[in-house]
Amino acid sequence: MKKSNTHKISAASKWLLLLGALSLALTFFVPIWRIDLWAPQYPEGLTMKIWLSKLSGQVEIINGLNHYIGMGHIKEEMFPEFKVLPYCVAFLILSGIGMALYGRKKGVLGYFLLLVCAAAIALYDFWKWGYEYGHNLSEDAPIKVPGMAYQPPLLGYKELLNFGAYSMPDIGGWVFAVFGTIIVLVLLYEFKLRKT
Amino acid sequence: MKTKYYLISLALGALAVSQTSCKPGGGKASSELAGDAAQKVYVAPGTHDEFYSIVSGGFNGQVSVIGLPSGRTLKNIPVFSQHPENGWGYSEETKPMLNTSHGFIPWDDSHHIALSTTNSEHDGRWAFINGNNTPRIARISLSSFKTEEIIEIPNSGGNHSSPFITANTEYAVAGTRFSVPPDNVADVPISSFKENFKGYISFISIDKETGRMGIKFQLKTPGVSYDLARAGKGKSADWFFFSTYNTEQASTLMEVNASQKDKDFILAVNWKKAEQYLAQGKGKKEPGTYAHNVWDEDTHSATSTIINEVMTLDPKDCPDMLYFIPCPKSPHGCDVDPTGSYIVGSGKLAAVIPVFSFDKMQKAIASKAYDGQFDGIPILKYEEVLHGEVQKPGLGPLHTEFDGKGNAITSFFVSSELVRWNIDKLEIIDRVPTYYSVGHLSIPGGPTAKPHGKYVVAYNKITKDRYLPTGPELAQSAQLYDISGDKMKLLLDFPTTGEPHYAEALPASLIKDKVRKIYELEKNKHPFATKSEKDTRVERKGKEVHIYMTTIRSHFAPDNIEGIKIDDVVYFHVTNLEQDWDVPHGFAVRGAKNAELLIMPGETQTYKWIPSKVGVTPFYCTDFCSALHQEMQGYIRVSPANSNVPLKWGLGNTPEAAAEKAVAGK
Repeated sequence: MKKSNTHKISAASKWLLLLGALSLALTFFVPIWRIDLWAPQYPEGLTMKIWLSKLSGQVEIINGLNHYIGMGHIKEEMFPEFKVLPYCVAFLILSGIGMALYGRKKGVLGYFLLLVCAAAIALYDFWKWGYEYGHNLSEDAPIKVPGMAYQPPLLGYKELLNFGAYSMPDIGGWVFAVFGTIIVLVLLYEFKLRKT
Repeated sequence: MKTKYYLISLALGALAVSQTSCKPGGGKASSELAGDAAQKVYVAPGTHDEFYSIVSGGFNGQVSVIGLPSGRTLKNIPVFSQHPENGWGYSEETKPMLNTSHGFIPWDDSHHIALSTTNSEHDGRWAFINGNNTPRIARISLSSFKTEEIIEIPNSGGNHSSPFITANTEYAVAGTRFSVPPDNVADVPISSFKENFKGYISFISIDKETGRMGIKFQLKTPGVSYDLARAGKGKSADWFFFSTYNTEQASTLMEVNASQKDKDFILAVNWKKAEQYLAQGKGKKEPGTYAHNVWDEDTHSATSTIINEVMTLDPKDCPDMLYFIPCPKSPHGCDVDPTGSYIVGSGKLAAVIPVFSFDKMQKAIASKAYDGQFDGIPILKYEEVLHGEVQKPGLGPLHTEFDGKGNAITSFFVSSELVRWNIDKLEIIDRVPTYYSVGHLSIPGGPTAKPHGKYVVAYNKITKDRYLPTGPELAQSAQLYDISGDKMKLLLDFPTTGEPHYAEALPASLIKDKVRKIYELEKNKHPFATKSEKDTRVERKGKEVHIYMTTIRSHFAPDNIEGIKIDDVVYFHVTNLEQDWDVPHGFAVRGAKNAELLIMPGETQTYKWIPSKVGVTPFYCTDFCSALHQEMQGYIRVSPANSNVPLKWGLGNTPEAAAEKAVAGK
């Protein structure tokens, strides 16, 4: 009995994890990531928001500007991810609920590794698209700057000609981040601090 | 010797002093100028003015939008006049807006601004303006700053007493300045004025939601000249007041013959009563031909409808609806104070400003305190209606606005000044010169129940030396005064275009956040709209060629067109695919007897071109739209009438399409 107790997590941890996993449902209704652009003639800025299944914001205006440098048009239908991502997140929610109810330390650890892998894949995919768009420029582009690529930053700020580009999580991204932090804290507590 | 020189220099000095003091106005301007004037009118770069002023363009047939207090002109809105700058009156869609019962008229003399009100307070929805020459009233949207509707007024000549509106924008009015015989029986001797000429006053209803105008009824009043008008407010909201001149009913040498009587009239109209008579079936439909032109923001096109009859009310059938108030010497302005209690008449040849009391008018009507009648309409006794006279106010009073603090400010054309006086006490408080010969004046909210005060703008009729000279023809002169203190202080001169006949100013906050930025492509219902480059094409229908063209930075689609022949009539239906604010594209073809098009984002406009020469003709974008604007051009080939060149069009591959393929391939 004593042994199995050490494998189990506390009731508080269980509730936190359960709430965290459920909160991921929010990401269906809010954007996950945002890219903001500023230029002298766009003092109000231009924004593109990435959701689980769509894009929003001033995508057409950004496309209109990108044509000078021979970038492709950004179109939702070009991203198969939008069809897959909702299912991936649904899986994360369900497995997260399972993990919390199961209530074992190893379960939490395993789920954490799954989440880290998912985040890594997502970020890699995001970076890859940025790379493709930023580097596959038309030979016939009206404006060609030797050596210049227009890959947006993965995270943070980057200057792209007359534009300043910011890339950062939107509400959905922060929900993931908060959930990740909860898991890390639960793991710390369960493995290091809690003495039974 | 010394004393002699001393005396001589003293004498010369005295002479110099007397010389400068004998020269009226010399260096005088600076004494009226507020010490901190520059600071008060300075609107720092990147910041906005506090007020929009909607200013009549007078004989340019337009309306200007001017920011206050900076005096910066922000836009000229074409109304009654063709405007080559943006194709108004030139594009196929806008031509019907200038249609009248006389056909297409490319100009008018615009006069007075009336901004829509709710409970006599500005609501920031529409501006109305009258065309004086070919009688019309236009409605301008204060969200698109575009003319949305123009209605012609039949049985009218010189639509001057217009388009003043009632408290809740139920009606705009149109009182004829030149009485005329009714349109359907107009071939009469001019000398038969008294018997055949009528002073029609039209009440144009305004739909609460859409603003759509329609002539509800015309009052067939005696043949006099209606000059200006104002609706009542509050307790007097059911009434409308019109100033008149030429009650002498002269038809020749008017400057003398229409200035004979000591008193002309202000006509008080109980328009609620008129509505009742109309409901009782007292109205009579009469022939009267007029155009009604409506702009549609979904189809980006205007339609013009000709209407052939008009409802009239004869005062003889409608007792207790009209009363004349005697008013000294050819009154011009006829302005109602913010409370609706007082009516200020400005006899432009009079030595006093008479102020009438609405309450006393009601009493005089109840007690039938009449002083005879004019063509069957009772004349109320002057003294019975008079609140009092402002004594020795100045020369040539024209218009009055209100500061919201119980005072009126009246403009004086002859003595070139603004005079502020207390309405209740009829006492003059302050006077300040204008440069020169002020006509209309405008206080933000000045004609409403809630004046915003702060400034008065004098719109002067004479400019002379106020700006760098530009030959015989000069800019018009406006002057901004601070009226927040006890003394009116001159802050700024600014030039205007056209002749500003009146302006109304309102707080920018009422408008600026609801201003239209683009036309959404999905909502574009233009029958010739092309919503994607894939749909661009050229179609021939006999001699007509329709080109479905799009613009986007920085190309036309198609940009190479062949197969046009001499004798063809070519229509370029250009849709601007941009959906970003402030990215219009222009369009012009060499040799076209036309102006340019200026197409707003998401809008479709049509350019008619009848080619006159065989050959390849360039067309291009006229608005510097992007870094590649100079490259935004195309060619159209015109062949002889009997040629067999097939219809052909195209556009090279765009670079972004190539890049897209590359990305998609990965």
